[in-house]
Amino acid sequence: MATVEDNKKLIADVLSTYPEKAAKKRAKHLGVYEEGEADCGVKSNKQSLPGVMTARGCAYAGSKGVVWGPIKDMVHISHGPVGCGYYSWSGRRNYYIGTTGVDSFGTMQFTSDFQERDIVFGGDKKLAKIIDEIEELFPLNGGVSVQSECPVGLIGDDIESVARTKSKETGKSVVPVRCEGFRGVSQSLGHHIANDMIRDWVFPTADKENAEKGFEGTPYDVAIIGDYNIGGDAWSSRILLEEIGLRVVAQWSGDGTLTEMKATPNVKLNLIHCYRSMNYISRHMEEKYGIPWLEYNFFGPSKIAASLREIASRFDEKIQAKAEEVIEKYRKQSEEIIAKYRPRLEGKTVMMMVGGLRPRHVVPAFKDLGMEIIGTGYEFAHGDDYKRTTGYVEDATLIYDDVTGYEFEEFVKELKPDLVAAGIKEKYVFQKMALPFRQMHSWDYSGPYHGYDGFAIFARDMDLALNSPTWGLIGTPWNK
Amino acid sequence: MAQNVNNIKDHVDLFHQPEYQELFENKKQFEGMPTAEKVQEVAEWTKSWEYREKNFAREALTVNPAKACQPLGALLAAIGFEGTLPFVHGSQGCVAYFRTHLTRHFKEPVSAVSSSMTENAAVFGGLKNMVDGLQNSYALYKPKMIAVCTTCMAEVIGDDLGAFLGNARQDGVIPDDLPVPFAHTPSFVGSHITGYDSMMKSILSTLTEGKKKETTNGKINFIAGFETYIGNVRAIKNIISAFDLEGTLLSDTEMYLDSPNLGEFKMYHEGTSLEDAADSINAEATVTLQTYTTPKTREYIEKKWGQKTYTYRPWGVKGTDEFLMGLSELTGKPIPKEFEIARGRAVDAMTDTQAWVHGKRAAVYGDPDLVMGLLQFMLEMGIEPVHVLVNNSTKEFEEEAKALLAASPYGQQATVWGGKDLWHMRSLLFTEPVDFLVGNSYAKYLQRDTKTPLIRIGYPIFDRHHLHRYSTIGYEGAINLLNWIANGLMDELDRKTDTPSVTDISFDLVR
Repeated sequence: MATVEDNKKLIADVLSTYPEKAAKKRAKHLGVYEEGEADCGVKSNKQSLPGVMTARGCAYAGSKGVVWGPIKDMVHISHGPVGCGYYSWSGRRNYYIGTTGVDSFGTMQFTSDFQERDIVFGGDKKLAKIIDEIEELFPLNGGVSVQSECPVGLIGDDIESVARTKSKETGKSVVPVRCEGFRGVSQSLGHHIANDMIRDWVFPTADKENAEKGFEGTPYDVAIIGDYNIGGDAWSSRILLEEIGLRVVAQWSGDGTLTEMKATPNVKLNLIHCYRSMNYISRHMEEKYGIPWLEYNFFGPSKIAASLREIASRFDEKIQAKAEEVIEKYRKQSEEIIAKYRPRLEGKTVMMMVGGLRPRHVVPAFKDLGMEIIGTGYEFAHGDDYKRTTGYVEDATLIYDDVTGYEFEEFVKELKPDLVAAGIKEKYVFQKMALPFRQMHSWDYSGPYHGYDGFAIFARDMDLALNSPTWGLIGTPWNK
Repeated sequence: MAQNVNNIKDHVDLFHQPEYQELFENKKQFEGMPTAEKVQEVAEWTKSWEYREKNFAREALTVNPAKACQPLGALLAAIGFEGTLPFVHGSQGCVAYFRTHLTRHFKEPVSAVSSSMTENAAVFGGLKNMVDGLQNSYALYKPKMIAVCTTCMAEVIGDDLGAFLGNARQDGVIPDDLPVPFAHTPSFVGSHITGYDSMMKSILSTLTEGKKKETTNGKINFIAGFETYIGNVRAIKNIISAFDLEGTLLSDTEMYLDSPNLGEFKMYHEGTSLEDAADSINAEATVTLQTYTTPKTREYIEKKWGQKTYTYRPWGVKGTDEFLMGLSELTGKPIPKEFEIARGRAVDAMTDTQAWVHGKRAAVYGDPDLVMGLLQFMLEMGIEPVHVLVNNSTKEFEEEAKALLAASPYGQQATVWGGKDLWHMRSLLFTEPVDFLVGNSYAKYLQRDTKTPLIRIGYPIFDRHHLHRYSTIGYEGAINLLNWIANGLMDELDRKTDTPSVTDISFDLVR
């Protein structure tokens, strides 16, 4: 294991290739965690350097790709040229139950396919017409969101006005989201903007509807916030919450509906999994409706048990007793998984780089399997994420914020982890270096990884990645 | 409890367990979704002629497009040149999408950088981002060439790439002799194939400037076009080598997009050497294997280089015959004997299998050149194309496709749908069903909805492995196409006849 000093030297060496100005900037984003410190000692949420290979996306990716896209009963218009919608089409495996093209639209791609004339004359009229056409061809849609791409903001279209008019005409929510890709420094601002639009365009009408309809609440009503149901994660989480006696009345946004979203201000507690992408709306509901929120972690049996207990502690003894029952019920399952896989994974080292929560949240799941994290970092975290990370990492862990392709490769070459866990853009780079790799954004077409059922799959997947005999074939024998 | 340590269920089986089925049922009370009857009613309506007419009356909305945007093609053109780093000027999210898209198809690393423009650049222009970006990328990645293209953002604010690059050179952030071709690739014009053309033209014009000689170098240039089958790149190289030609492939993506795993990551691969590319101006002629991905490049070569260009589409037997005979005429070299044998094998395979595909009704979509190639092959197999759909079509393409179809007895039922999307295709498949559909991975939604057997050919193919390693052109390519189509239909036949004592009368061993 490298020491704090070793890793500091490594950072300095890697930075020496950069031009001076760039090295100075990047130095602030690279650090070594020292035990007892309040954060990880790195700067974050700053603009990426031009010309380096960043893994980051844009505000549009944060809004359409993450927050809004998985709301299944809405039609999300990628408003602007064809590309953004095309590339974000069905890439994140946000599972849902529904009849696609009739009452659900999750794996479809709706775009205004801007042409030159739309840039010149503006796209508002076209947008209005698109919404009419959607109403005609997809009458069971629950509402529409307008996800604006770069040109829309630059040419000064008034999508809010179109949204207001069309909403009046159709009687459904039409939500304009100004998530143009040039806004902010990463996906992160897109999450924030998306949350703000829920606050400004969904909740106000929901308040009215809820008051008129009345909502028959129970003391056990909760909402799952910030779970995108990748590979079914939200379901393998929801099942546990229901088992301990809570009533999940809304799920955001994986397999979620607009109706669920609108019902959320009625719940007793908001349970947030991806803090980075949806803390904003949770805070808003706390201020406006007095709903407390709690960040939980359903990766690996240690954290699942701790989270279930913490969630139950917000309710009465009945729920607390049930939580203990559920933890006990799954104990045998988890022990068997660990007994089988831990011997195969014990002592293996991991380096990670992911998006919003996983660089910290999956650390305990790896630890449950006897694995050790020697480096971690986020694509688009803020300072509070790095504070929250301190409880998860050990002394001398290498921390890299918005790590560049160049830095990541150099760090991996030096620290030689047994497994790298990041995204699709990194995957084949490291596999070419003969390193086992798992995708931590999309679970490599696998999943779910959340909850007890998900942990079994997580363990199986780490084993199949690390212990595949194919790695042993790399390197031509007659050249060895 | 769902999981058993000896049989861990992932999403494929897990959610069919009774506890999850109960969860789904219970969740419905909060969802506010339409009733099952209503969903059924609307679902049936979407299959009707009435719906088709409404669907085709659309003027503004695009649903499930079959095209991407320009810079994706620019990247594909650039990475086939030695030591070349694609640099996309604009907002950074675009590059993340291009890299992801190409990587998911090829299952290979794809390296490209962005100038990471944000709000400041939107107001003040992207000059600073360009200059800093070039300096950083040169320092870190030591490219031999940087190929710059734009995103919508840079285009809308009107950044002047030529002037910016001049400034960057004046500032000394990149060496004077570093070639930096650039192409304007707005996403609101054309599609990914337009971007391919623009970048190819820019790279060739940059590298060949001042390199024109009095005499030709005796070589032939080959341009593959927006080619995503690595087997095709290899097929072109085989033809060059079998003819014993001096040929230059512009650009050669084989090693980049199908690199061997030798335990080391290499960002750059051999590709087309910059020297060979620079000398392409002195070649005898240029042969392109796609028409609609290279119009500007061909015009440039003809006008500026004064070089003859030839287009061949070596799909199927006749298309390949024409290509080889054309090449023979162009070079004065005889067609190597091995092609006669390869041709004979392809014809043998086609006659062996023709009964399984003859008269079968097909739907096909994709890029214009791909669709033309597929049509050529289908018609010579006696397959009857019915729905021919190209989202990024042109008038020229539509005329060419119609003429090809009209000239064959098997093309008489076909309708060419230019500028239409996959939601249009859905209506076509419901109202006028066909025996099979040819398209990329997005066609799996059409397969599910309409129960039309799908043959995956095109780009992107995300949900099947290794298909891009095969060829679709040349005589071997014809066998591959036949293999995919005929065996795809036989798989479907087995599925239709596999229920014991109900459907299995024709569950035959011998086919």
